[in-house]
Amino acid sequence: MNNLWEIHRAEIKDSLLIRGGRVIDPANEIDEIADVLIVDGKISAVEPDIKFSAQNEYNAAGKIVVPGLIDMHVHLREPGQEAKEDFVSGSRAAVAGGYTTVATMPNTSPVVDNAALVRSMVQRAKDVGIVNIKIIGAVTKNQKGEELAELRDMIDAGAVAFSDDGHFDDNAKIFMNALDYLHGTGKVVICHEEETSLVKDGAMNEGRRSAILGIKGRPSVAEDIAVARDCLLAEYTGGRVHIAHMSSARAVEIVRDAKKRGVNVTAEVTPQHLTMTEDLVDPTNSATKINPPLRTQKDCDALIAGLLDGTIDMIVTDHSPHAAEEKDREYIYAPSGFPGLETSLGILLTDLYHRNIIPLPKLISKMTYEPAKVFRLDAGTLSIGADADVTIIDTELEWTVDAKNFYTRGSHSPFVGRKLKGRAVATIVRGDLMKLL
Amino acid sequence: MLGKNILRLENFSPDEIRLVLQTARTMKKIIRGDVKKLPNLRGRAIVNLFLEPSTRTRTSFELAGKYLGADVVSINASTSSIVKGESLRDTLLTIEAMGVDAIVMRHKAEGAAEYASKVVKPVIINAGDGAHAHPSQALLDLFTIEQFKGRLNGLKVAIVGDILHSRVARSDVFGLTKMGAEVHLAGPKTLLPRFFNFDGVTVHENIDAALENADVVNVLRIQLERQQSGLFPSAREYARVFGINEERLRLAKDDALILHPGPQNKGLEISNALVYGEHSAIHEQVQNGVAVRMALLDLTLNGESK
Repeated sequence: MNNLWEIHRAEIKDSLLIRGGRVIDPANEIDEIADVLIVDGKISAVEPDIKFSAQNEYNAAGKIVVPGLIDMHVHLREPGQEAKEDFVSGSRAAVAGGYTTVATMPNTSPVVDNAALVRSMVQRAKDVGIVNIKIIGAVTKNQKGEELAELRDMIDAGAVAFSDDGHFDDNAKIFMNALDYLHGTGKVVICHEEETSLVKDGAMNEGRRSAILGIKGRPSVAEDIAVARDCLLAEYTGGRVHIAHMSSARAVEIVRDAKKRGVNVTAEVTPQHLTMTEDLVDPTNSATKINPPLRTQKDCDALIAGLLDGTIDMIVTDHSPHAAEEKDREYIYAPSGFPGLETSLGILLTDLYHRNIIPLPKLISKMTYEPAKVFRLDAGTLSIGADADVTIIDTELEWTVDAKNFYTRGSHSPFVGRKLKGRAVATIVRGDLMKLL
Repeated sequence: MLGKNILRLENFSPDEIRLVLQTARTMKKIIRGDVKKLPNLRGRAIVNLFLEPSTRTRTSFELAGKYLGADVVSINASTSSIVKGESLRDTLLTIEAMGVDAIVMRHKAEGAAEYASKVVKPVIINAGDGAHAHPSQALLDLFTIEQFKGRLNGLKVAIVGDILHSRVARSDVFGLTKMGAEVHLAGPKTLLPRFFNFDGVTVHENIDAALENADVVNVLRIQLERQQSGLFPSAREYARVFGINEERLRLAKDDALILHPGPQNKGLEISNALVYGEHSAIHEQVQNGVAVRMALLDLTLNGESK
């Protein structure tokens, strides 16, 4: 069984021809059976029946060929928290899940809040070199919400975006300063939206389930207030706000209204918030403990509607691995988050695509073209000349989530044991083919 | 009920509740007798793992075990290796390895007792987990009500005070409604859980509405730190608007029974006169607590398996 999942690099010299798959490239509005030719790590041609004798061929008949998936919200835990994850284990998890580009959050130890750290993380990402790792810098020094971090220095050092993810910046003035200060740079502030005083000590959604369990709640109105404030500040300053991991139905409405008024706001959602509810909270297993928390079916429905009508721009995993011993304890004391890179695509295909809730091209667009557009990344397309980051998906392959097969160091996932239909079967980064099956 | 983990009353059937109450009646006679020693649990070992302060519940379980002939050891938070950073899993595995038959557990975290039941094999008896459940307290409340009222079915039971943070209220609600009683919860809105909608349960913001024609009034303890976190403005105002005194009790039936899980803040949630008055069963509750806990230990460690 393990051998089956072992990632091995096929021997490729200069060229690879992916034959006969259904190519979906939302950026170029392509959805057809075609071949994809990769030469020297770049996309060289996308057309039916390419006549070229490449060094390597991959038979993709019956499979889906898409731009390499992008995840703008992961926690790879470097520097300082390598017991949870590092760039190597996180990159392998990304490959296994079909992701070729991931952006890692700065809530590390120390916090990535200055140019020297950004530069060293950019270099570290290059050295590991398995997938493209983008570095997100902190908005404020030590993510404390008191003083701006050296944002311009970090941009010059290679930061792709900024976030104090993990918590909300309660100080509206500092947050507004960040939007003003970044104005014109094109950089986005990614916002964790839960008003702090309303979620203090909370460990799950405030709802019927928390009322029974007696566990302190994190009410959805905490998210709604935070989203409303940040939409208003984006409108007032003209700054670019990106709402992280949306979970509340009312917050979706707030973003929808803001977008209608032309506010520079974008948003993301995770597979767990799209498909799971508070009813699944089991106080003996902290896998479901996440911030913001799993909410209700009404919220899931609103998030799906938001994804379909464009209110929500992209799907991210919020991959947040922790060491097993940290998660294996009393629910309210366990840290929040679970690893998502290796289960995301399978969950989305099983629960949303196969149930005819979201069409495949839409799903792929939310994981490739749209995140690249919002964050102005040179990725997410199969355009000629682009870096050959490609994911090959078998939508029909059935498999069961087993933490023993994870590449991530995280083990506590609420998806463990789920029987899924569909997953990535090959991941190609800059022309380098990593077969998964 | 042999081997059953006592975690919360949701997973008790009405028949199981009746069996506990019936067994407790027998046990109460033993407590009242001269020789308080049965051989039922001779050779069995029970650990009281109390990771949160408690006097009455811990003593009650300790005596219950001893009256039944078991060897009982109590571990407190301050003397356990938890203060050295040992995880709950490892603490439990260590206790299990010493060969115990039951672990009676008090813990600040909701779900901790159920977690324990998945980690180790001895019977787990939840002696209170955060704001979640306190099944032995609810069973002793049912026992006391039945003792004085002769029945549970059809009674109107008011539970007043800090419902939000109360494991007693959560367990009482499920125990009482299973036995056919009608439960009315009341307190300041800041101390009532939202979304608490269950059959047989009515939530009131006005304390008088809950008291009206009540057969039983269970007054919960108000922790003074709730005032510091802004949930009500002052002890004085709480006592005036929500406190239970003789005047307010007139709304209830003439023979209304007063319960309180203890310890009481006299003059805050309940008047001194009521604690010692003719309606009060508060001290009877304490003795009944030992009887009910004897019943639980006997049934889970010595009873017939189902």
